[in-house]
Amino acid sequence: MLEWVNLLSAWAVPVMIAFIPLYAYFKKVPVYESFVDGAKDGFNTAIGIIPNLVGMMVAISVFRASGALEFFVGLISPLFDYFRIPAEVLPLGLLRPLTGTGSLAFTTDLIKTYGPDSLIGRIASTIQGSTDTTLYVLTVYFGAVGIRNGRYALKVGLFSDIVGFFAAIAICLLLFG
Amino acid sequence: MVNKIWLGLIVIGFLFAAVKGDINTVTQAAFDGAATGVTVCFGLISVLVFWLGMMRMAEDAGLIKTISKMLGPVVSYLFPDVPKDHPAMGFILTNMSANVLGLGNAATPMGIKAMQQLQELNPHKDTASPAMCTLLALNTASITLIPTTLIAIRLNFNSANPAEIVGSTLIATGIATMAAIIADRFYRRRYSRKIPPPVTPPTITMKR
Repeated sequence: MLEWVNLLSAWAVPVMIAFIPLYAYFKKVPVYESFVDGAKDGFNTAIGIIPNLVGMMVAISVFRASGALEFFVGLISPLFDYFRIPAEVLPLGLLRPLTGTGSLAFTTDLIKTYGPDSLIGRIASTIQGSTDTTLYVLTVYFGAVGIRNGRYALKVGLFSDIVGFFAAIAICLLLFG
Repeated sequence: MVNKIWLGLIVIGFLFAAVKGDINTVTQAAFDGAATGVTVCFGLISVLVFWLGMMRMAEDAGLIKTISKMLGPVVSYLFPDVPKDHPAMGFILTNMSANVLGLGNAATPMGIKAMQQLQELNPHKDTASPAMCTLLALNTASITLIPTTLIAIRLNFNSANPAEIVGSTLIATGIATMAAIIADRFYRRRYSRKIPPPVTPPTITMKR
């Protein structure tokens, strides 16, 4: 089972790299031109998030360097240690549903501090990649059509975030722990 | 909300440093953080340029439509109160397919169009309909095949195997989505019972 997951990780990207151009070619798409045309957007997307990411990285960097992060993580770590979960990832779980760039910046900070191939780095990557920013999705989608009473949508979104958070930790402990 | 979190992080950090008598770390950390932010974004350029090029090919080849067809039965099960030939269905399918491919830029406009169509079917215009809540649940959990940004960041910090998190992410996102669907079903049933407010007879407590 675990071997299959690792095989999936190894094959997913290469298969898509080979499959998509081939599929597009058979569908009579001018593959190279289409690629270049779409690739232009990538540059703007990456540059466009600089202000957001710099803002969030500054705040998180100050919060960590001052010792505040260590203090709060220290408060909760006894509970997390009991389940062999690194407490360092809890702030990420709290940030994830609230702010997309904030949690991306915190993930970056964890990867920078502990290394991408550490357990914490892998858990952080999995958490960040596995759900979307619930609050943002709710605001944009309901805002667009003037819904004021979202009923149970927030509850469902947050519930799935919590489940996703612990699922990410459990899987990483199984795979890499 | 975001404003408060951002301000809170900076102010609490400042206070901690001030109390520890180590105020220089604030300046140092602020500029260090800014530098990391820019470095990471530059690192993202290579992967995003490449991947969005790949995804444009996928779009031009009609891959979104192909995935939509595969998702069709699942979606009509998840949205029982949307008629099959209603335009909302098409937008919901495109929104989900774009999400699977990780095309956030294409997914959001389609999701909003789907919401507008669902609003036409909605009897109470300022209250979310069950179909809207289901669409939201699917989007907040958002199944993504390849977490490109994370691979790029890991690459940036010299990971030995940047893509090794593809499998774990796919499983976690799958579980989160299942949880969202189950919770959505649960509340949908509970609220559909609630909507015509059941007249509960006043309970008479008898003293013994």
